[in-house]
Amino acid sequence: MSFKIASSPHHHNRRSTSSIMQWVALACLPGIAVQAVFFGYGVLVQLLLAIITAWLAEAVILIIRRKAVLPRLTDHSALVTALLLAVSIPPYAPWWVIVIGTAFAIIFVKQLYGGLGNNLFNPAMAAYVLLLISFPVQMTQWLAPLPLQAVTLSPLDAFCAVFTQFSCGGFSIAQLQQGIDGITVATPLDMVRTDLAQGYTLTESYTKPVFQGIAGVGWFWVNLAYLAGGLLLIQQKIISWRIPAALLFGLFTLSALGWLAASDANPSPVFHLFSGATMLAAFFIATDPVSASTTDRGRLYYGVLIGVLVYVIRTFGGYPDAVAFAVLLANMCVPLIDYYTRPRTYGHKAKGSLK
Amino acid sequence: MSTVKELSLQGLWKNNPGLVQLLGLCPLLGVTNTLTNAIGLGLATLLVLVGSNVVVSLVRTQVPNEIRIPIFVMIIATFVTVIQLLMNAYTFGLYQSLGIFLPLIVTNCAIIGRAEAYASKNPVLPSAIDGFMMGVGFLLVLLVLGAMREILGQGTLFDGADLLLGTWASALRIEVFHSDNHFLLAMLPPGAFIGMGLLIALKNSIDQRQARKLAVTKGTITRARVTGTAQ
Repeated sequence: MSFKIASSPHHHNRRSTSSIMQWVALACLPGIAVQAVFFGYGVLVQLLLAIITAWLAEAVILIIRRKAVLPRLTDHSALVTALLLAVSIPPYAPWWVIVIGTAFAIIFVKQLYGGLGNNLFNPAMAAYVLLLISFPVQMTQWLAPLPLQAVTLSPLDAFCAVFTQFSCGGFSIAQLQQGIDGITVATPLDMVRTDLAQGYTLTESYTKPVFQGIAGVGWFWVNLAYLAGGLLLIQQKIISWRIPAALLFGLFTLSALGWLAASDANPSPVFHLFSGATMLAAFFIATDPVSASTTDRGRLYYGVLIGVLVYVIRTFGGYPDAVAFAVLLANMCVPLIDYYTRPRTYGHKAKGSLK
Repeated sequence: MSTVKELSLQGLWKNNPGLVQLLGLCPLLGVTNTLTNAIGLGLATLLVLVGSNVVVSLVRTQVPNEIRIPIFVMIIATFVTVIQLLMNAYTFGLYQSLGIFLPLIVTNCAIIGRAEAYASKNPVLPSAIDGFMMGVGFLLVLLVLGAMREILGQGTLFDGADLLLGTWASALRIEVFHSDNHFLLAMLPPGAFIGMGLLIALKNSIDQRQARKLAVTKGTITRARVTGTAQ
């Protein structure tokens, strides 16, 4: 017989951290599979490197901090961090990019703040920003999606490309970035940005091959797969619906306003929702239980804030996509949001009510 | 003799302006992207610190207490101007690469802090020693941080040393490792903050280790406290 002395709340969710993290990782799988199909097997190599680095970094720092290694490793939080970073970076980025990024995420952003539960920032996104500002060239070498690829890489080629920057057949990354028409293919978000900056209208921009389909070749399906995984997480009550819904609402509202005002100078809401990292951000990145807001109302504000920031940075900022910056900025606001959205204690009156 | 020893210990370690007082962080973080810049600014600060401490100590009995701070600032500004003109004349490349951080030495709190806290209350010689040791302490922090950031950022040491020491010094440049991709973070301000944080952590952990060793050898009994931290 056990006498457990537990403080409130007494209504428990029986899930352990480990099982939550496992579900998150599982729900990512469809997205990863679609990414591997459309953008090459590089993402799997990155995934492997990231997970190994994350486990090593976590183990080493736990040993230095004289903490038990195995319980912390098997809570799978390092695994999820590694996974999110690996799917965020270009699939054929050099191997040391992901190794530096993952090590930074685990050691600096997570463990130096005190380990799981104490980190102020989302480790994967902080590492992404580190990589983006440190290695801008490597972090923007996205390949053309499968239907437009001039050269299709085999899984073995993927290994060669990540480790040597050349496919086994001897094609360099710069060559691989070219589409069938010999023109280097940018991501749809990047393309829209560059074209608008050069004075083209969107109608002209959309005639390029990368925009076949709804929101760019491949990217639409990647986002759809992450959306499916995210809905599964909500259905399993792993994440609350509030952050994703608020984020998508914020992004949708602003992009709809822009689109209605000038539909040839602002991409449509559908394009914004299904391009870049939107769905991954909404369901997997912004919902990080540690660095996100913890109150119900706060989660709504937090989500809307990220959605708005994503639109603002995509439209006016210096980078084509904005998820990492938006999430970090919102992470900074979380203590404030949580402070002002503290729920009413049961039995206490609402603020301002007379009786 | 014991004063010298005490002043050295304070300046170099216990009360290091960079690591403990955290004064003058703006130039410390701003110019330590290469070792050469760090040496240049460290030496300039050192000279200003010694000069201002000596002069402040000389005039300490004449200065009315109410307007001492403006006077200290003017003394410091004089020295900074001298150094700035000298560097403009003899190390023009470095002068350009340090840019605004050279005139900004005037506002370096480490210098006015020493003038106010030490030189205005002590005779000339100890003040000079204090200024020198504090300056050296600051210089050392700059050196370590500059070396760290330069190695991580571009894999070299003493890159551009000829700007400071003349053309012969370009031979000093050491290529620790070759990389086509510079690790920009180490060169940018965030890298400075992270590096500084690591240095402070290292110093604190060394201090703690020594305190623990001392406690063991002395066999002191620490009182168990449940509230707050034991003094």
